[in-house]
Amino acid sequence: MMNRKTFFALLAAPLVLLANPADAALRVFACEPEWGALAEELGGNLVEVWVATTALQDPHQIQAKPSLIARARNADLVVCTGAELEIGWLPVLLQQSGNAKVQAGQPGNFAAADYVRKLDVPGQLDRAQGDVHAAGNPHIQTDPRNIAQVATALGTRLQQVDPAHAADYAKRQADFAQRWQQAMTRWNTQAAPLRGAPVVSQHKAFTYLYDWLGLKEVAVLEPKPGVEPTASHLQGVLSTLKGTPVRMVIHAAYQDSRPSDWLTTNAGVPAVKLPFTVGGTDGAKDLFGLFDDTVARLLAAGGKR
Amino acid sequence: MHKLFPASLALALAAPACALAAPPSPATSSPSTSSSGAASDLAALRQEIDALRTAYEARLQAMEQRLKAAEAAAAATPAAAPAVAGNATTAPVANVPPPAVSAAGGGANAFNPAISLILSGLYTRTSKDPENFAITGFQLPGDAEVGPGTRGLSLAETELGLSASIDPWWRGAAAIALHPDNEVSVEEAFVQTTALGNGFSLKAGRFFSGVGYLNPQHAHTWDFVDNPLAYQAMLGTQFGDDGLQLNWLAPTDQYLELGAEVGRGRSFPGTDTSRNGAGMVALTAHTGGDIGASHSWRAGLSLLHAKAADQELDAIDAVGNAVTNAFSGKTRVWIADAVWKWAPNGNATRTNFKLQGEYLRSTRDGDLVYDVGNTDSSGSFRVVQSGWYLQGIWQFMPGWRVGLRTERLDAGSPRFDGSALAFGDSTFHPHKNSLMLDYNPSEFSRVRLQFAQDHSRDGVTDNQFFVQYQMSLGAHGAHSY
Repeated sequence: MMNRKTFFALLAAPLVLLANPADAALRVFACEPEWGALAEELGGNLVEVWVATTALQDPHQIQAKPSLIARARNADLVVCTGAELEIGWLPVLLQQSGNAKVQAGQPGNFAAADYVRKLDVPGQLDRAQGDVHAAGNPHIQTDPRNIAQVATALGTRLQQVDPAHAADYAKRQADFAQRWQQAMTRWNTQAAPLRGAPVVSQHKAFTYLYDWLGLKEVAVLEPKPGVEPTASHLQGVLSTLKGTPVRMVIHAAYQDSRPSDWLTTNAGVPAVKLPFTVGGTDGAKDLFGLFDDTVARLLAAGGKR
Repeated sequence: MHKLFPASLALALAAPACALAAPPSPATSSPSTSSSGAASDLAALRQEIDALRTAYEARLQAMEQRLKAAEAAAAATPAAAPAVAGNATTAPVANVPPPAVSAAGGGANAFNPAISLILSGLYTRTSKDPENFAITGFQLPGDAEVGPGTRGLSLAETELGLSASIDPWWRGAAAIALHPDNEVSVEEAFVQTTALGNGFSLKAGRFFSGVGYLNPQHAHTWDFVDNPLAYQAMLGTQFGDDGLQLNWLAPTDQYLELGAEVGRGRSFPGTDTSRNGAGMVALTAHTGGDIGASHSWRAGLSLLHAKAADQELDAIDAVGNAVTNAFSGKTRVWIADAVWKWAPNGNATRTNFKLQGEYLRSTRDGDLVYDVGNTDSSGSFRVVQSGWYLQGIWQFMPGWRVGLRTERLDAGSPRFDGSALAFGDSTFHPHKNSLMLDYNPSEFSRVRLQFAQDHSRDGVTDNQFFVQYQMSLGAHGAHSY
């Protein structure tokens, strides 16, 4: 039986751990792998990046786990998507973190979606339409042009929260911007045969990708955003495809491939797994690999007419 | 399309043109001085580049403003037609749609707090009349919300939640419970700091105490229709109080949170009496983390200390009569809690499993008046009681979960130097098993079936069957772990 003394001893024990070595590196808490990778590109060894989720997790459905709270508490900068993607867990993390630097509105709180043009902004807000996001589709990272815009904003933000290394950040940002521009030229050339290709998606996760490459979304396997595909809806998609043949059905690495596979079996449409974010596939090791692999996978399945 | 659209279109198109027209002033003056060789040529070049840069910055700023305006207007103009992607390499901003008139809701309503409403209802079928519900060996206040409630169709509590930032330093939240008998109660109403920093946060007002795992959680997040018997018997189902709570999160990568609370002690096991000091003190310590990508856990130890004065308790005496006793003294409740969650690769969307258990141990020490108004036998009183529950919830496919809970209480042997008639010497251990199945069409709705075999009363088996719905509308709430 524990008495009061032992309890207080237990309470005091962690105080010893307080002597946290004041790391020189700026601690960045990234909600999703793509922003972690971007912070690495822009910060190099000036930042210490911790990524809260992996490419195999559904960013809508994360829990405010103890490990996440502990990391948010020590972060100098929180880099997330915003646009309500993390609404189910980030507010709790920030509340429980006791970290004034990263609260909404502080320089230490960066929402990438604030810096890009958002698509799929609902004209009418009603949950009868499924899990709609008032601010628009939050999956902005599937368009490299968005990455470029967010990189500019994040570079500026890094300079703001870590002014001592502002010049270094500016240099890294210019270097990244140049390499990214070159890569985008390459991807655009490679992906040219995909322009206008009709496709089916499993979840409305690739709106920005389609906007960039000119793919046409003919149907979505989820009847409403965030609602599991039903047999009757899948049959409906199947009959749509009879009139409008598509080149492929696309799903993200974190999603269950069964609905896509069903369409492959029943309509002969090749299923394509896209990395969706850094780490989603073996090829998507960093941001460049993410789009190299995305374009390669799309071309492999639907590059030919 | 909006009437002002053409005007704003023209304005937007004109903006960058103006930016372009702005003369790059440093560049114009430099060529005249460039006669004296390469060095000055270089300087001139630099100046020209500077000028170009300022011009571009101006353009960028103009474009950023257009972007902002476009975002604000996005609500009114749903996703403009995808731009031709062929020119994508030129400049990303080239695809920005012309800004329309801002439709972002301004005015007095813009700062309305986030509002959510929980709607819930029940059908209850029990083999024994809930009116006679009691937990053998545990004395509880007459108004304690224990047992299966009322039979038949009933409305459960409707909960109205409001929350918002107050200013850069505080946030506030309230949970108003609308009871089916048309009463209204304030479940929670607190303000909380957001800017103390260093891992500290302070809460003031009415709130559910942070002790244990289930105690701070609102009823609509429970995995079963009812709270475990141990919570009903030792914390009056859920312990909430008016007071202060200070939490501190250690600056370590291992989650470690310590909390301290003081309060009035207005509800069981405390009583609301006129006193200047605190009627309740609580200390909490929780730690947790991940094991690989698929597992996470949290465990903790809490202590709740509450004072009671003339607390009227319903009891059954040694000869089986229903009596009212009055307790004055201290109650100390220790709670050990642990929860472990599993999801393949940390992706809980398809399947996941949650195992949770808590052990509660309550010591009541003071004076008791047995059979108030009749026998009125008083004496010193002490009892140590305990209980635990263990439950597992398994989501076997998206939207569908099944759960099993088992629990047991130990009423202890009261030491009372008043009337020998006050307490019997029963060795009965109340216990209960519950099985539930719920279906969640979305994260905002849930329908649940629950069957429980309840042995709270010595020699009585109560088969309880529940059908429950819980729906949430309005703001998307974020739930804690």
